[in-house]
Amino acid sequence: MMVKTRLFASFREAIESGSVTLEVGPGASVRELLAVLRRDYPRLGPTIESAMVAVNLEYVGPDFQLGEGDEVALIPPVSGGVLE
Amino acid sequence: VSFGIVDRPIDVRALEAEVLSEYDGAVCTFQGVARRFSRGREVVHLEYEAYPEMAERKMAEIADEVRARFGIERVAIRHRIGVLEIGEASVAIAVASPHRREAFAACRYAIDRLKQTVPIWKKEVWSDGEQWVGWEDEPSSIESRVASSDGEA
Repeated sequence: MMVKTRLFASFREAIESGSVTLEVGPGASVRELLAVLRRDYPRLGPTIESAMVAVNLEYVGPDFQLGEGDEVALIPPVSGGVLE
Repeated sequence: VSFGIVDRPIDVRALEAEVLSEYDGAVCTFQGVARRFSRGREVVHLEYEAYPEMAERKMAEIADEVRARFGIERVAIRHRIGVLEIGEASVAIAVASPHRREAFAACRYAIDRLKQTVPIWKKEVWSDGEQWVGWEDEPSSIESRVASSDGEA
């Protein structure tokens, strides 16, 4: 299934896009989606491991199961990456 | 109750006028302001970015919490996004209540919760670089967000 994922702040700048659509297996977890994201966008780096994730505007944990049409958002850690 | 993400200067006096009713003896307003020096570096300006749909939902939840905890209905919350010059307000919260004690407590509660749950990011721009930073007075924000989401689950 395709899952729309929004990115903000340091993550948005790292991949120069505020939104990507990722393909994951049916019922994939947030953890699995993050792995796909890291594989497809290595520039995001290891900091995405510490990101909070929201699904349909609510914070969820890494085991949350995604469904078709969900909107995922990566919430960067409060101290974002150095961009100098 | 009103709340929102705005991309223009926040009119704090208008927020105060909005919340104030004839039942109120106190209005408490908090403003977060862009300051020149941060962690030893000179800031040229700040940039704020929000996840607007979620930020407004989280602000609405804060207003609900203020009503439940303090019995206060008259609260206004605004957060600005975009480029802010030094001295400009990034966030403003106005609370009106019959007495000052609840107004102070509710206003403080609202800004503390905003920093924990509302998805808004700040970038400091210096003359020689820039960095996305968190609320430096809230080192536990990530943990608080987790706790908050667990609590709501």
